[in-house]
Amino acid sequence: MTSKEYKTITDIKGPLVFLEKTEPVAYGEIVSIRLSDGSEKNGQVLDTSDDMVVVQVFEGTEAIDRKAGVKFLGDVFKLPVSKGLIGRILDGAGRPRDGGPEIIADEDADIIGAAINPYSRQSPHDFIQTGVSAIDCCTTLVRGQKLPIFSASGLPHNDIALQIARQAKLRDSDEEFIVVFCAMGITAEEYNFFRSDLERTGALENAALFVNLADDPAVERLITPRLALTAAEYLAFEHDYHVLVIYTDMTNYCDSLRQIGAAREEVPGRRGYPGYMYTDLAMLYERAGIVKGKKGSITQFPILTMPGDDITHPIPDLSGYITEGQIVISRELHQAGIYPPINVLPSLSRLMGSCIGEKTTRDDHKKVSDQMYAAYAQGRELRGLVAIVGEDALNERDLQLLKFADIFEDKFLRQDRDEDRTIDETLNLCWDLMTSIDTKYLVRLDQELIEKYHPEEKKE
Amino acid sequence: MSKNEGVIYRISGPVVTATGIEARMYEVVRVGHEKLMGEVIEIHGEQSVIQVYEDTSGIRPGEPVLSTGQTLSVQLGPGLLTQIYDGIQRPLKTLEEVMGVFITRGVDADGLDLEKKWEFVPTASTGDEVKGGQVIGTVQETDTITHKIMVPPKASGKIKSIKSGEFNVTQTVCKLDDGTEIQMMQEWPVRHPRPYSQKYAPDTPLVTGMRILDFLFPLAKGGAAGIPGPFGSGKTVTQQSLAKYSDAQLVVYIGCGERGNEMTEVLDEFPHLIDPNTGKPLMNRTVMIANTSNMPVAAREASVYTGITIAEYFRDQGYDVALMADSTSRWAEAMREISSRLEEMPGEEGYPAYLSSRLAEFYERAGRVETLNGEDGSVTVIGAVSPPGGDISEPVSQGTLRIVKVFWGLDAGLARQRHFPAINWLSSYSLYPQSLNQWFRDNIASDFPEVRTQISALLKVEAELQEIVQLVGSDALPIDQQLTLEVARMIREYFLQQNGFDPIDAYSGVQQQYAMAQAILTFQEEAKKAMAAGARLQDVVNVPARTELMRARFAEGYLEKIGGLVEAMVVEIAETAEAN
Repeated sequence: MTSKEYKTITDIKGPLVFLEKTEPVAYGEIVSIRLSDGSEKNGQVLDTSDDMVVVQVFEGTEAIDRKAGVKFLGDVFKLPVSKGLIGRILDGAGRPRDGGPEIIADEDADIIGAAINPYSRQSPHDFIQTGVSAIDCCTTLVRGQKLPIFSASGLPHNDIALQIARQAKLRDSDEEFIVVFCAMGITAEEYNFFRSDLERTGALENAALFVNLADDPAVERLITPRLALTAAEYLAFEHDYHVLVIYTDMTNYCDSLRQIGAAREEVPGRRGYPGYMYTDLAMLYERAGIVKGKKGSITQFPILTMPGDDITHPIPDLSGYITEGQIVISRELHQAGIYPPINVLPSLSRLMGSCIGEKTTRDDHKKVSDQMYAAYAQGRELRGLVAIVGEDALNERDLQLLKFADIFEDKFLRQDRDEDRTIDETLNLCWDLMTSIDTKYLVRLDQELIEKYHPEEKKE
Repeated sequence: MSKNEGVIYRISGPVVTATGIEARMYEVVRVGHEKLMGEVIEIHGEQSVIQVYEDTSGIRPGEPVLSTGQTLSVQLGPGLLTQIYDGIQRPLKTLEEVMGVFITRGVDADGLDLEKKWEFVPTASTGDEVKGGQVIGTVQETDTITHKIMVPPKASGKIKSIKSGEFNVTQTVCKLDDGTEIQMMQEWPVRHPRPYSQKYAPDTPLVTGMRILDFLFPLAKGGAAGIPGPFGSGKTVTQQSLAKYSDAQLVVYIGCGERGNEMTEVLDEFPHLIDPNTGKPLMNRTVMIANTSNMPVAAREASVYTGITIAEYFRDQGYDVALMADSTSRWAEAMREISSRLEEMPGEEGYPAYLSSRLAEFYERAGRVETLNGEDGSVTVIGAVSPPGGDISEPVSQGTLRIVKVFWGLDAGLARQRHFPAINWLSSYSLYPQSLNQWFRDNIASDFPEVRTQISALLKVEAELQEIVQLVGSDALPIDQQLTLEVARMIREYFLQQNGFDPIDAYSGVQQQYAMAQAILTFQEEAKKAMAAGARLQDVVNVPARTELMRARFAEGYLEKIGGLVEAMVVEIAETAEAN
């Protein structure tokens, strides 16, 4: 392959370098740039023609001048993968960050990742018990799902993600998850929090970390999740692991995407984000799932912080259109001192229907979940009314629902950071809490279930 | 002489510029050593701009480009049904056999199985004068669908010979005296509407089995509907329900830029689901196109055209076809992405200026027509729209609403209340009731339109009353208005809410919908009478027979039982007056 060094840079703009008079360069090819002080930077070809090549530089263009030498390495970006990735910490471009040796590769995998043929997918249907009541009961997680956490700055999304990573298991099975953790532009403090928690619980030995911190190059963030997912795919589909990918924070990723778009003078879409952001995000999120004939699976937990707590912001909005539901963290609940502050009302798990019921969780799960949800929703609505007209204007049913909303938050949502509730415990808790409402108002439950489970109406 | 080989000049994502070929617009070309499929979308002097349907990583300037002389076409003939294709009609099953579970590139696959033999039964004879679109024979493709073999639209003449027996789709089954050979397979360029004799005004509803749709906002066979809604409001569930239960004879389902797992769900589910109209597996009447969000964006752009061309082909055989496109917003985004790579001057929100005309052209391919064969056929188009943030003032929603006559507006608030289908009865509309009323009067009940008017009036009154309730509480309302609220609640909870996952409730025939609406009006009538005679509203509402009436809809044979249940309710309501 050509290893000729070009010194034909014409323009340098933001993270982009433009150069001319090259031999034919491949689209997506990896580029190495040698600076006058001898240091090197890496990049990738974004646009190529006979006259002009545009290179996106991962480490930023700082200190690059027109005399810098540019080499095209003849290949697209690849990650060396092997089982040796487990237990390692790598930086945002896939180099060891833990002082350990280079990864000895079994193969080099293309990080862009090909789309899974929809025909070859297998529908996810294995219930994952997270031990968090709000999730297990109301937005049940399924193995192979992509379920983001929609949070905002100042909220404990990291604690929730870690609690899920610690506790997630299949019921009646000791198969564990391997965690692939991908940090994009988070602070060193947040990263240390994740790392020390994974260390404390021993999960670090079963994890691979890809870390791009807030002071690492922003453009590198565009490849970090692709590296993490490439590692996840290799471990899941070549070595039968069940992989849980946690990546945080998607908002930083999208901002890097916007930065590149702006530097290329592309026509921006909403709020300056590029028009192809949906496709770009899909190429990450869609790398979750299970395929026929392979034992492993990839479950994704992306975390994103909604700018201004706004769920209609392009980042949560486009994510919500791709992912299979979302877990929404509420500032209001957090301020009320409730952990985990999950607002179940806008939260959703699209795959829930396929994994709950008699055979997997319990026969009453669906109806109990609907009833809890409906009663809580009505109770919350009544709070607004009470603020205007006072409790006296409420009838008996409304009063019960109003009280139930408080009970729901205090007893059902609230749990300790280390409290791991089984699905049976969660559902029994639901029944206990629902005794505060007259059974005649529990219209979403049928008589049969009431007789089977209701603590006061049970017929043994 | 047109030159058919050139070289790549520039590559920018899915857009490749080539020099040295003299291609026509929308001609299919093969790009690079791997012969990736692409389509010419712009010509600048010597340069042809090509959108490529596969990933272009690793391709270099200087690699060859071949023009094929053809425009992007689909293969039409026996073997389409039960298939699942990508956006450019490559069967996903074949791709799996060739490439494994991940879709790589550079693989060509025929849309139809060229080897499989079908039993061809001629319906025309030697010496018959035939013209384009005329049926000359049939193939029993699945249990329920007889595939009609037609003379290609542009051919005509006298039949010189016609065969009978087992043939594959490329073998000649009929010869005309001008030498034209007719095979069971024909090709058609996807961006061209297929011809028909004339378009009719629609007069028959597409019965979907969803109460809110059929009863309040009916769609006509041959009509077009838009379903906009934010994420999580149930667009896909609604689309899938329509694909399952609507009384179209054939369904083309396009998963355009959506989730992979959703397509898998459809694939897993449809073969086991029974079509309520024929009693056969749903898959037998279905063609699926799946170009998920992470598959190449140019193929996503093509997928809706591939789908509608297949739909038109079955329409031309005299069938009623329903096409679901989920989601047209992803299609529009594909256009935007390509347009931005072409550095075209953008219109609103970065979408190309031709967005609304493309949308209009697409929806205009819906319609009820007289086919070239003189039969009646229709294509009904139902397009999901995914407006950012649920705000339908954006260009794709607006462009769609200008064309479609039915608007089913999904509402995040309703979805949050777990009111499904989360279709807002106040903002949705249908412009078809006028033309469909006669059908409802003739086939369901002579007062059907009047009952519908009463039900929707009640919902409107409720919305006004709710505003007052928000301020003062419901107890402050006069008792007759409180009753109105109860009746409206019955409409919402008993009639409009429908559980798409419940095997029985998921489908309601129109006859049953009418009976249920009547039951609600009977309740209102009887409650008024009883309360005039002194009954308390609370007692009237809580009669057990009413609860039973409402619950029984989840059990089989509801239509037969409903009369008895209503009678029981009437008796119990009357008793509440006597008790006082």
